[in-house]
Amino acid sequence: MDAHAHASVGHAELEIPYNVHPRPDTGLYNGKLGVWLFLASEVMLFGALFSSLILLRTGAESWPRGYEFLNVKLATFNTFILILSSVTVVMAWSHLRLGNLKKGRIYISATVLCALIFLTAKGFEYSHEFQEGRFPKTNNFLAIYFTMTGLHGLHILGGVIVFLYFLGPGAKMWAKEPERYTNRIEIAGLYWHFVDLVWIFLFPILYLM
Amino acid sequence: MTDPAAAVEPGVDIHEHAGIGDPNAHHHSPEQIRREMKVYLAVFAGLAVLTALTVGACYGLNLPVHQAIIVALIIASVKGFLVAGFFMHLLSEKKVIYGILILTVIFFIFLMALPISHHANPFGS
Repeated sequence: MDAHAHASVGHAELEIPYNVHPRPDTGLYNGKLGVWLFLASEVMLFGALFSSLILLRTGAESWPRGYEFLNVKLATFNTFILILSSVTVVMAWSHLRLGNLKKGRIYISATVLCALIFLTAKGFEYSHEFQEGRFPKTNNFLAIYFTMTGLHGLHILGGVIVFLYFLGPGAKMWAKEPERYTNRIEIAGLYWHFVDLVWIFLFPILYLM
Repeated sequence: MTDPAAAVEPGVDIHEHAGIGDPNAHHHSPEQIRREMKVYLAVFAGLAVLTALTVGACYGLNLPVHQAIIVALIIASVKGFLVAGFFMHLLSEKKVIYGILILTVIFFIFLMALPISHHANPFGS
């Protein structure tokens, strides 16, 4: 056996199983199980902050109403944008399952665009609050508002980085392993839907109550 | 650099060459996937309407605060169900994921109950 053959045998031995195809016992490939475990930890992270919000709100003698000074119109617009991005990512995954990389990439790009619009609008919102002299140190409401929306914004930014990677260098995977690339978009999408889900609850709790 | 787009022609079904990693996708024909895409668009429309309803309920109904909170949370829960059920496919997922989520929900309820129990029996009183 020559050196090349040895190397290929070694590569096969080192290959991680169930990276693309599902394990017989769980019915899931590794990445999908991994992302759900990660999302479970994310639920606890945001859950701790929602719990803190309840504690602060129920313990306060008076609590500011978000709709009286926060920009509800911009937040409603952002809600639509985030919902739209959830659809574009699931459409990207669907087109990849159909074998159409071109359309898949168009929808991933649309998702990134939606995310950037969301972050830009949030930036405008933050700068307006700062101009009005409203900072995290001003009161408990603003402290929890900036913490929760800031953490959520960081999650959006993380998603943008992941999607840009799969649009750029990560797209090379499609040429050799289209199924694996499709799976990667699916699990990135699961993360993205979770980020959308968090905003669905943040929006009424912070802006409308 | 090789253009990844050249690997599979647009419109070519890669299911004919190899199965997709998603266990459910193995059995999905292109027609089924296209039907799913229509469902996603319908869910999007539903979410958009519910978002408008949330804002409308806050401003239009002029409800007392506690009622407004309940209405807003009910609408948010329905939206959450749509996103989790259809976009995250939780309506047809594997048992192991349900197991993970049930465990998470138990801990989440505990987290939410903490501030309530604090007010029922404040520390130091």
